[in-house]
Amino acid sequence: MKSAFFKGMSHGIPIALGYLSVSFGFGIAAAKCGLSVFAASIISASNLTSAGQAAGIDIIAAGGTIIEMILVQLTINIRYSLMAISLSQKLDKSFTFSHRLAASYGITDEIFAVCSSQKEPLTPSYMYGMIFIAFVGWVSGTAMGVSAGQMLPVSVSSAMGIVLYGMFLAIIIPPAKKQRSVLFAVLLAAGISVLMRYVFTMISGGFAVMISAIAASALAALIFPVKCEEGAEE
Amino acid sequence: MSIAVYILVMASVTYLIRMIPFTFFRKKIKSRFFSSFLYYIPYAVLSAMTIPAIFYSTGSLAASIAGTAAAVILAYMELPLIVVALSASGTAFLAGFFV
Repeated sequence: MKSAFFKGMSHGIPIALGYLSVSFGFGIAAAKCGLSVFAASIISASNLTSAGQAAGIDIIAAGGTIIEMILVQLTINIRYSLMAISLSQKLDKSFTFSHRLAASYGITDEIFAVCSSQKEPLTPSYMYGMIFIAFVGWVSGTAMGVSAGQMLPVSVSSAMGIVLYGMFLAIIIPPAKKQRSVLFAVLLAAGISVLMRYVFTMISGGFAVMISAIAASALAALIFPVKCEEGAEE
Repeated sequence: MSIAVYILVMASVTYLIRMIPFTFFRKKIKSRFFSSFLYYIPYAVLSAMTIPAIFYSTGSLAASIAGTAAAVILAYMELPLIVVALSASGTAFLAGFFV
């Protein structure tokens, strides 16, 4: 039980370090929106998501409506539903109702990515360990970012913007190198995403990611169906 | 409107999106198509999120492309996540001085 928690924590260290830098950037942005260290930290602690929070503070700063807030959060974060269904397939038997209620809080892009690359079923302790360390990185980075305000040189803070994307590439490239089917899904998703960005520009970012991922995965599933045992394991 | 209301709404919507499917989706998926679909979803989601957004993730397009190239090469060599991520950032930082 204990060791699974620490294993989760150690697997979460790269996530926490990435979060530290990204949430630092979020903190700086929150300071520009006029939010206090306390308010920004509460947002990070209660949401644990980057894109949704960034859009959220813009709405707060602009004095937007609650409906707008709900729709924007739904659009940007609905991808977590897909991730949650995917993860629900590889949960250990020890994952009871209350553990599911608690651990679902921590389904982020990065935690999902690392959890779904695990070979064995996920235990609550493992996920809690990872969520805990990621939470520490995310919230402390936010607090430091707000406090630092604009003290950091632009050259440093802007270069930090690429950290999590770099991590995403590190997650998708190795399997894409080994499996033609994954390479197909990855390239197709990227292609559709590019199309949305430059051609179908009326589709917002959150929806564009959803549509690209669903279309690419559905096609990949049709052309390269996964063997049953493999699907259950991966 | 009070900031607390905004935060409460943001946090609740985000939590429910994660919690409902995670908690109430309890069946093992039998359909070969759907389980294959879910197998590809993580890669497709991360890919769509990264491209083309990564090219706009730093101050300049050129610096972002340099960082992306570094990440792709190091990821291809299967280096640890944190090495790839920080090298991408370091490369973008250095490239920022030349463009």
